[in-house]
Amino acid sequence: MMKPLQLREQFPILDTKVYGKPLVYLDNAATSQRPKSVTEAFVKSCNSANSNLHRAVHKLAIDATDAYENTRRRVQEFLGAAHPEEIVFTSGATAAINLVAYSFGEAFVGEGDEIIVTEAEHHSNIVPWQLLCERKKATLKVLDVDDNGELQIGHLKELITHNTRLMAVTHISNVLGIENPVREIVEICHQSGVPVLVDGAQGAVHRRVNVRDLDCDFYVFSGHKLFAASGTGVLYGKRLLLDAMPPFMGGGEMIETVKFSGSTWAKLPGKFEAGTQNINATPTLVPALDLLEECLGDAELAENQESIKKYIYGFLENHPRITQYGRPADIERKVPLFSFKVEGAHHEDLALILDKMGIALRSGQMCAEPLMDRIGVTGLLRASFAPYNTMEEAEYFTKCLDKAIEMLI
Amino acid sequence: MTKLEERKNKVVEDFSLYDEWLDRYEYLIELGKALEPFPEEKKTEDRLIKGCQSRVWLDADVRDGRLWFTADSDAIITKGIISLLISVYSGLTPEEIAGDDFAFIGEIGLRENLSPTRANGLVSMIETIKEISAEAVSRKLGSRLRSK
Ligand SMILES: Cc1ncc(COP(=O)(O)O)c(C=O)c1O
Repeated sequence: MMKPLQLREQFPILDTKVYGKPLVYLDNAATSQRPKSVTEAFVKSCNSANSNLHRAVHKLAIDATDAYENTRRRVQEFLGAAHPEEIVFTSGATAAINLVAYSFGEAFVGEGDEIIVTEAEHHSNIVPWQLLCERKKATLKVLDVDDNGELQIGHLKELITHNTRLMAVTHISNVLGIENPVREIVEICHQSGVPVLVDGAQGAVHRRVNVRDLDCDFYVFSGHKLFAASGTGVLYGKRLLLDAMPPFMGGGEMIETVKFSGSTWAKLPGKFEAGTQNINATPTLVPALDLLEECLGDAELAENQESIKKYIYGFLENHPRITQYGRPADIERKVPLFSFKVEGAHHEDLALILDKMGIALRSGQMCAEPLMDRIGVTGLLRASFAPYNTMEEAEYFTKCLDKAIEMLI
Repeated sequence: MTKLEERKNKVVEDFSLYDEWLDRYEYLIELGKALEPFPEEKKTEDRLIKGCQSRVWLDADVRDGRLWFTADSDAIITKGIISLLISVYSGLTPEEIAGDDFAFIGEIGLRENLSPTRANGLVSMIETIKEISAEAVSRKLGSRLRSK
């Protein structure tokens, strides 16, 4: 059992003072902070196992390659994937989605075909599909959300046609903080033979994921949102599909043979890992996932997060000037990520003032312009909590928010 | 001392009264609230300054060879900032504005505290004021050449 204060000791940056005030970091959905174990793993990779991967026979190359491939097995275990080669390293969730949009698109999408996304997606899970649709003269269809931010699952069956080639859906929206019924979506899609890509950029942070339980065809996430170094990311894909997809990028290490008469591709996952990989940052995923799993499994930390969630949710619900978005029928499906607007006060003003009080928040469109349009706002304010945030911080935040509102009105 | 220098000095002086950034924000909020109303029909796409997280509209009229700015924003601190900018530059000749280095922004610490990476658009506001002034200068030159 771990207390948030014990956990905080592992994150040196949390002791930072901003403008002379203790930092209250509530922008965890944008990126989490890094624990010492992660920076140590990075330094260790640089200082004792730095060499290019898979290429040379010398000792350092073997050590670096081992660290990299052990990380792949750790990620496989984390996601519950059947095979290590179903784990492809990318620079992040965005890169992973672009890989699938290009490569799956080349293999399986043609003129007149359809891709389905939802209204609650991050731009990273919209634009790559738009680019694909433009390239292939395919159509992008959108599953809508209701006023509370719940996906209208009832509309999904009508959206799927003979021409639907893939559905891309977020596990947890970075604006709404609602866990979507991904299992159910996969089931509905699979009934019509439609594969599903799940954007787990937020989902992997807050929920134990098992891709075989979910039965999703692709699952992507970014390392930097779950304690690992930035520039790390993961694409999980079912082997059958990845095997059938052509390479995304060409370069070193992704080939079997290269001839001017034509080249052949390496086996999975090498086929999708062209060029020198992120040698030093990738191994940080191991301590990051270790800590994340520890946090998710710790009763005391979980209880702390639950109390914070209930407290903030209630505060926002009952505030006369505040409207919050992302209100699931069942609060169990909400994670401690809150987006809201304040009547009469602009989100940017609030964020600027709260910043001066030491509080780091996100304001604006949050890379989800279509969702902002659906809600009918130019932007929102978002507070997102991590296991290292304390109830004191939550209370300080609500107090400061009220003060900021008072200043502006 | 030119009128421009006088105005800039006054802003720097006013700002130096406040040690705390929260107080400076209070001051900007007051400026924003006091800004003359901007007609709704002028809130058009072409008057919108790109690159701001909040929406900022800037309009300029030329009268008596001088530029007169009016502005608005949906965010009040941003409105305070644009109000401060136009209180310094409105009513000057385009040459005076185009020739200025806008360095006083640095003296009051605004640039550091409202950096462009934080998408508040101070830089965009300054760029727009510079562009409008430069355009006005070249229009003048143009018409002088034509009238020769
Ligand atoms: C839901 C969601 N999808 C995708 C992304 C993109 O992640 P990244 O920028 O790390 O590639 C993010 C993060 O901003 C996100 O929150």
